[in-house]
Amino acid sequence: MNFSEVFKLSNQLSKFSPNGKFLASCVQYRLVVRDVSTLQIFQLYTCLDQIHHLEWSADSLFILCAMYKRGLVQVWSLEQPEWHCKIDEGSAGLVASCWSPDGRHILNTTEFHLRITVWSLCTKSVSYIKYPKACQQGISFTKDGRYMALAERRDCKDYISLFVCSDWQLLRHFETDTQDLAGIEWGPNGCVLAAWDSCLEYKILLYSLDGRLLSTYSAYEWSLGIKAIAWSPSSQFLAIGSYDEKVRILNHVTWKMITEFGHPTTINNPKIVVYKETEKSQNLEMENLPFPPTRAAASSLFSTESKYEVVSSPVSLQTLKPLTDRPNPKIGIGVLAFSPDNCFLATRNDNIPNAVWIWDIQKLKLFVVLEHLSAVRSFQWDPQQARLAVCTGRSQVYLWSPAGCVSVQVPAEGDFQILSLCWHRSGDSMALLSKDQLCLCYLENEGVK
Amino acid sequence: MGDWKTITVPIPSSESKNISQFTSETNMSPSSLCSQQVLCPSLPLAKSVHNFFRAFCTEENVDQSVSYLDQELTTLGFPSLYEESKGKEVKRDLNIVAVLNCIQELLVLHRKNLLAQENVETQNLKLGSDMDHLQNCYSKLKEQLETSRREMIGLQERDRQLQGKNRNLHQLLKNEKDEVQKLQNIIASRATQYNHDMKRKEREYNKLKERLHQLVMNKKDKKTAMDILNYVGRADGKRGAWRTGKTEARNEDEMYKVLLSDYEQRQKQILLENAELKKVLQQMKKEMISLLTSQKQKPKEKAEDTPGTVLSDVEEDNSELSKENMWELSCETVREQLTNSIRKQWRILKSHVEKLDTQVSKVHLGGFKDEEVISRQDHEQETEKLELEIQQCKEMIQTQQQLLQQFTTTCDDDTSSLLQDCYLLEEKERLEEEWALFKEQKKNFEKERRSFTEAAIRLGLERKAFEEDRAGWLKQQFLNMTSFDNKNSENGKPQSAFSGSSDQDNLTLHSKPGQKSYSVFSESSVRTSKLTKSLPVSPSTSELFQTIRHISENSSSCVLNVATEDTKPNQVGRECTAQKWSVASRSDSQEGGCSGSRSLACTDWSIEHRDGLP
Repeated sequence: MNFSEVFKLSNQLSKFSPNGKFLASCVQYRLVVRDVSTLQIFQLYTCLDQIHHLEWSADSLFILCAMYKRGLVQVWSLEQPEWHCKIDEGSAGLVASCWSPDGRHILNTTEFHLRITVWSLCTKSVSYIKYPKACQQGISFTKDGRYMALAERRDCKDYISLFVCSDWQLLRHFETDTQDLAGIEWGPNGCVLAAWDSCLEYKILLYSLDGRLLSTYSAYEWSLGIKAIAWSPSSQFLAIGSYDEKVRILNHVTWKMITEFGHPTTINNPKIVVYKETEKSQNLEMENLPFPPTRAAASSLFSTESKYEVVSSPVSLQTLKPLTDRPNPKIGIGVLAFSPDNCFLATRNDNIPNAVWIWDIQKLKLFVVLEHLSAVRSFQWDPQQARLAVCTGRSQVYLWSPAGCVSVQVPAEGDFQILSLCWHRSGDSMALLSKDQLCLCYLENEGVK
Repeated sequence: MGDWKTITVPIPSSESKNISQFTSETNMSPSSLCSQQVLCPSLPLAKSVHNFFRAFCTEENVDQSVSYLDQELTTLGFPSLYEESKGKEVKRDLNIVAVLNCIQELLVLHRKNLLAQENVETQNLKLGSDMDHLQNCYSKLKEQLETSRREMIGLQERDRQLQGKNRNLHQLLKNEKDEVQKLQNIIASRATQYNHDMKRKEREYNKLKERLHQLVMNKKDKKTAMDILNYVGRADGKRGAWRTGKTEARNEDEMYKVLLSDYEQRQKQILLENAELKKVLQQMKKEMISLLTSQKQKPKEKAEDTPGTVLSDVEEDNSELSKENMWELSCETVREQLTNSIRKQWRILKSHVEKLDTQVSKVHLGGFKDEEVISRQDHEQETEKLELEIQQCKEMIQTQQQLLQQFTTTCDDDTSSLLQDCYLLEEKERLEEEWALFKEQKKNFEKERRSFTEAAIRLGLERKAFEEDRAGWLKQQFLNMTSFDNKNSENGKPQSAFSGSSDQDNLTLHSKPGQKSYSVFSESSVRTSKLTKSLPVSPSTSELFQTIRHISENSSSCVLNVATEDTKPNQVGRECTAQKWSVASRSDSQEGGCSGSRSLACTDWSIEHRDGLP
């Protein structure tokens, strides 16, 4: 495993281009585009203010930089560096901006969710979509980029509008049977739309592309409901993480529950492998340190190395007691993701923040638990194989694959606290992002050593 | 005891009862007492009976008493004591035979009664102990009953309490339920209220939003604009089309196409899955049929409940199997048939499996002994196996030990020995040499010691011989000097008595010329001096006295020497080994020097002897 040198970064804004050739990163008001293979600066753009949001167009030709404070969006072309485009939302303000899947339209959400403005880069035309709903996940595009679903709120009722992305024509518009729609998400096949209610009620609704309600599922009543959902890449399963610390998996034929995964604090089954991160003692190395310590040595002194150890069951995991008097309590399954080959599901129970649970979907059983020294910030599956990268805000990046797992120290000067990470589409490298730095990590093809 | 016995006797036996009845009838006449006392076995009582009899029958009332006894006996069913009389008036004579018979019978009766009494007594004792036992039991049981009753009461009390608690809990539960209901109602009402409020607020919010929207829109915000260098071509290279009804329809179409394709795909998947499942089903069915038919033929002989219909079914199924292609139609009738046949077969299989299960269980129950045998066999096998294992283990251990030894030896050879070997060898050789030397020396010393001892012994022997010689010589001299044959004959005995002393005397005389024999002589001189003191001086010649006196003069100087000389022979033997013997003694005095010279001579002898020995 190799690491690149460290680059400056602000707001953790760094993204690989969808074609995998470039890496865009923001430093204050500057946008730097590097060639991934050489890490040479390919283009350098200067925006009008500090950048808050960065997004590549789907064809990797344009980059969108949003400056929310100013209500501005600037678009840069990779092919024509002199080409520029600036979109000003004016007094309406800006809270979100995104590309349409065709890479020629920009959807800006104004403040207070007054409207969504659809700007076209091809024509002068501007479209407005009224009554967008202010919610967790109000816009969802199908994977093929043909359709967009939008959550709306009119007259105290939730609606979903389906648009054809090519000409922004409204295809369907229907009311949903929800108290307070929290999010919508297309299945990967682009034919089923999952819509779930806010956490006050456990309710998930499944709609077909033509607006028919396919099914409704509710596991229980009277307590906090759905926290996060995830579609399996094959659209076969819908995993629903909820506040009762369980994941329920629905099938795509009957939309009934297949199984539910509990996340107990103690793991008794000896078949489940529990990897526990433990700190390596550095006493031996202390003796070999040069007296006027070099910067690298000093930094390594303060950032302790760690390794995984297999712990024999029963294992009790560190738990966090959620505050009951605060909104959005830290309890329940907050993050969950399927591996690209559909074989595994990784979850995080927010009141056991140090652990990542990996479930075997073929056997519908818990497979592995990784317990870390710090709370898991984020994890992401390798887009090519069943390999999970985890970061916990320490200077280690953790990799798990069915063959085993490993903790790797980032050999950067100073404390490189990895807050998030994103894989390159090839699965050969990933970008590790700290608060103000960026580092690329290259992996060998053999998988985890 | 006796009293008690007399009371208890009459109760069990019918005879004694009769007696008692009769006696009671006879108003406690003296004879009744007698009859009672007859039954008592104890001597003093018998004595009293005797006394009583004497009182009962006197010379005057013999007849009376005889008649009385007769009466009594007849009433008791004995034959009359009197002879059968022909006439009533004639006084009847006492029939001795009858009397004796009566007495005999009475005695027998008495013995019987005694036996019965004994039996009764033992029985009584038994019964008494039984009674005691039963009473104990009874008391115990009573206690038990009491305790159990108490327990029961306690349990009842507890039960009551628990019931009370239960009632309370029920009440509580009810209350809780009520509360839950209430809370749920509250929640529901709150929820409705919240929703209502939310709706109100949202409406307000919407109104505000609307106004804001209007404001923002109406302002003709010039800022809201896009500043673009030049428009870009569409990703698909087409020009954007106008929105018309046509496009709408087209979108609609496309959507349906997408949906359709998705459904088609899914259908394909499902078909595939279905086909596979069908395949599995077919295979299963085939296997089932083959299994069942094969099994059917066997148990048919056993005539177990295998209805013929099943076979026909199977045959039917077989015929169905030939029409497999029908399945591909997947039409409802076929499905029904299929499911039906599968169900039937499944039922058959199930029943069969159940049968097998029961058989197995029967076998399990019945064949326990067999199993035991098997287990024993297993056991034996197991033990054999284990023994084999043990042997293997032993072998392993041996080889390991060997290896270990080899290892250790090789290890020695390897390093340390290579360095130290020459070293050690040298030292060893040296040591061995030294050892040989020492051994040789030791041998020599031992030989020398032996020769010395031998020499000493020889010296002693020689001295003796010498002394004898001298004694003989002295005798001759004496005889010559005195020339009293008679006196000599008279003193013959005492001379023989101190033959030693005379020898020494001779020695003293003889010693004068040679200093060599000095030490030996001095020794004898001590003795002689002693002799002169202890022994009464025998009448001897003046010369003898003179010689004796001369000896005594020298003796004072000689005593010391004797002491030294006494030890010398040993010292010589010892100090010879050290090769520095008698240096001190030599330097001491002349005599020492003499002894030294003499000892030297001794060594010479010894050497001579040594030469002679081998």
